[in-house]
Amino acid sequence: MLRLNINGTLHDIDVDPETPLLWVIRDYAGLTGTKYGCGMALCGACTVHLDGAPIRSCVTPASAAVGRTITTIEGINKGRDGLHPVQQAWIDEQVPQCGYCQSGQIMSAAALLEHNVAPTDTEIDTAMAGNICSCGTYPRIRKGIKRAALTINALADDAVSDE
Amino acid sequence: MNRLNRRTFIKTGIGAGGVVVFGAAIRRGDRAASVKSLVASDNESLFDIWLKISPDNTVTAIIPHSEMGQGVHTSLAMMLADELDADWSSVTVQEAPAISEYANYALARGYTIGDTEFPAWLIDSVNGFYFQATRMIGVQQTGGSLSVRTTGQIAMRTIGAAARGVLLQAAADEMQVPVEDLVAQNSVITHPATARTATYAQLAPAAAKKTIPDKPTLKDSSELRVMGTSPQRLDVPAKVDGSAKYGIDAALPNMKYAAIRGAPVIGAKVQSVDESSIQDMPGIRKVISLGDAVAVVADGYWQAHQAIGRLEIEFSGGANDRNQTGIFEQFSTDLDRSAAANNVKIDFVAGNASRAMAKAATTVTAEYRVPFLAHATMEPMNCTAWVHDGKCELWLGTQDPLGFARKTARAIGFDSDDVIVHNQYLGGGFGRRSLSDYAEQAAQIAAQVHYPVKLIWSREEDTRHDHYRQACISRFRGGLDGDGEAIAWHNHYVNKHDPWKATRIPYAIGNQRIVHTVSRTPVPWGIWRSVDHSLHAFFTESFIDEMAVATGRDSYQYRRDLLAGAPRFTAVLDLAARKAGWDEPLPKYFGRGISIHKSFGTIVAQVAEVEVRDGNPRVHRVVCAVDAGFAIHPDGLIAQMESGIAYGLTAALHGEISIRQGAVEQSNFHDYPMLRMNEAPAIETFIINSGESLGGAGEPGTPPIAPAVTNAIFDATGIRIRELPIRKNNLRSEQHHDEL
Repeated sequence: MLRLNINGTLHDIDVDPETPLLWVIRDYAGLTGTKYGCGMALCGACTVHLDGAPIRSCVTPASAAVGRTITTIEGINKGRDGLHPVQQAWIDEQVPQCGYCQSGQIMSAAALLEHNVAPTDTEIDTAMAGNICSCGTYPRIRKGIKRAALTINALADDAVSDE
Repeated sequence: MNRLNRRTFIKTGIGAGGVVVFGAAIRRGDRAASVKSLVASDNESLFDIWLKISPDNTVTAIIPHSEMGQGVHTSLAMMLADELDADWSSVTVQEAPAISEYANYALARGYTIGDTEFPAWLIDSVNGFYFQATRMIGVQQTGGSLSVRTTGQIAMRTIGAAARGVLLQAAADEMQVPVEDLVAQNSVITHPATARTATYAQLAPAAAKKTIPDKPTLKDSSELRVMGTSPQRLDVPAKVDGSAKYGIDAALPNMKYAAIRGAPVIGAKVQSVDESSIQDMPGIRKVISLGDAVAVVADGYWQAHQAIGRLEIEFSGGANDRNQTGIFEQFSTDLDRSAAANNVKIDFVAGNASRAMAKAATTVTAEYRVPFLAHATMEPMNCTAWVHDGKCELWLGTQDPLGFARKTARAIGFDSDDVIVHNQYLGGGFGRRSLSDYAEQAAQIAAQVHYPVKLIWSREEDTRHDHYRQACISRFRGGLDGDGEAIAWHNHYVNKHDPWKATRIPYAIGNQRIVHTVSRTPVPWGIWRSVDHSLHAFFTESFIDEMAVATGRDSYQYRRDLLAGAPRFTAVLDLAARKAGWDEPLPKYFGRGISIHKSFGTIVAQVAEVEVRDGNPRVHRVVCAVDAGFAIHPDGLIAQMESGIAYGLTAALHGEISIRQGAVEQSNFHDYPMLRMNEAPAIETFIINSGESLGGAGEPGTPPIAPAVTNAIFDATGIRIRELPIRKNNLRSEQHHDEL
């Protein structure tokens, strides 16, 4: 039995501890926003946050997540009023097409902006190069990240001025 | 706005005097009654089979097409809402069920009214009585970049206008005033003289009982309120919070999981399966041989996946003597032989190319090659099937729900009516989800158990068991007279598929001979975004560039001169060149290339800026001009151009499926690489609304990008790329050698 903290909820799951976290999240916790794309950490569709850092859940054994905090696309806006700024920027820039890779794209983008609120194009390339989009939404992903960065910075400024 | 303009906008050429006649869309009879229980609740009013109005004044467009990111749910709803004068903020969509009433008769109708460039599967289906034939054949296809220009133009707009008409009549009855005195706007009908109002919801029950007009007058372009704007797509919110449901997300009580391994060699069969090789593995329910594949059913997907990897399976037979080089040698030999024997199939002839070629002062020759390509949808093929109570239910993403029902039924010996397809969002289509192999497998597995089964192909299965874009060799000979004018165009290639005009050029070259030879391979082929256009635009737009080079003229001006009699092409070409700054100097190591191609009724020109340094190409910028007649959703058209360019760029730079001993060599994204963020160019798209017939959006952006890029590489390096993918070519340039 594995005890996993997914989006702030504890799940006790009876599964082989070597099972990739991806399938535990999808098939046992029932959170299907995280996607299977390649099974080899090549495409990024399965990206989730483990203690805030982006990981490829398709190659991460579920046992490695015990005692840690897992955040999926369903939980990324937790504690916020409405959507995460990256999610909102994705709507404002009309980023998704088929949408299948976008949970992973959003998780990678959110992790980038967590430690870099003004990423350069090169930094965006580096942070996002692990996420494939076969619809080719890359130009809009880039715009979305820049828009979300502005929102995050504005929220930070508001927080400072409130103090 | 006068009627002439409206007729220009609708230019499908139906009817006369600006009154559009759509007898097919609004058929008499009781089919609405027969489908109402499937698509509407008791308190909703259904108009024909395409539109319903709810008590809360919500307008629902019932869409017979799959949403795979092309935005069709939104654009079709816009077309209906505009004609209906509905409040866009309260318009929603519902995907039509997979029943014959929603078959693609509108597509067939589009063909029979003489629009151009409809694919062969459609043409085949509409011989004879288009509606009856299509209905019997049962096609409910999303493809051919057709949805807006057929279902949208013919079904959605017509029912919107027709329903508006009966709502106005119902209001006139209710208020006891002439219809002419009423105004319909934002889902409310107003009688301005008395300031009385009634919502569509209030009027809908009475209106739905009226006979809807079968010749409603559509709006002219000055009256459009929704079409031509870019509201946010209806499917986007669910795609940013993880709630969008794809086929792979289906979940049913007591569901089990299946993993599968297909015969690696094309055409091979299962010889034997040693179940003892997995007998100690946990959670295994059943091992099922499907003849050319073996599936393991287990309690969890990971258990099934592990087991199928360990299961000892012996396959035998198939095309295990076939290799990639042999396939191209066969193409080459078949081209040689058929040319020598003059045993070729003719695509197109104008003038006398042979005679003109004999008189030419200069001839230019080239041979181009492209490989097989995978679709590589991000969502691997998958299907959940449940066989129970004499029915088979399927949850999946498909581009043809009705066709899948029919083919799956045949695979398990059911009647088509007993297969129920629950279509979900498609995690990529690109043509792959038109082929029902994965659904048939899931149904065959589910037919042997008493619980629902979710079959998921691994990425490796998806890569190795695709229906590939065909490989091809295409040969050209061009003739120039003493003044450098193009007088002859000869093209001979292998394996024509679809659409039949893909090899045609827009250029005014008087003598043309375009022919092909059949050279069969065992490699399964399928519809791949833009189909034959994806290869032939690379061939023709490369060769016209080579002819320009042979004359020493600028490749943009050279094309422009040959397009003098084609003003629509010229306008698109000029716009792309101007926005790209065609004549502006570029940095060292950079080159610029141009291309133009018409496909699916839409003309697209692209200018690529490419840097080649140390033999490595980097596409920095693509400028795209597009004329689709009229952009129903301009931002959606722009998004489809961006997507088409990225998809074509993945193929041009990286894409290659190769065959070794009868098996596909590639397996996953490490050996079938895709365009990534760090390679994605900036893309600028500019739209021309020419008012000509509506063209498609999903595919026409793909064909021009490969030649735009390879022409740019030539400009930068002097190296002409005649074989894709580009990475197979050595781009260490002699041209810049002294500068390095």
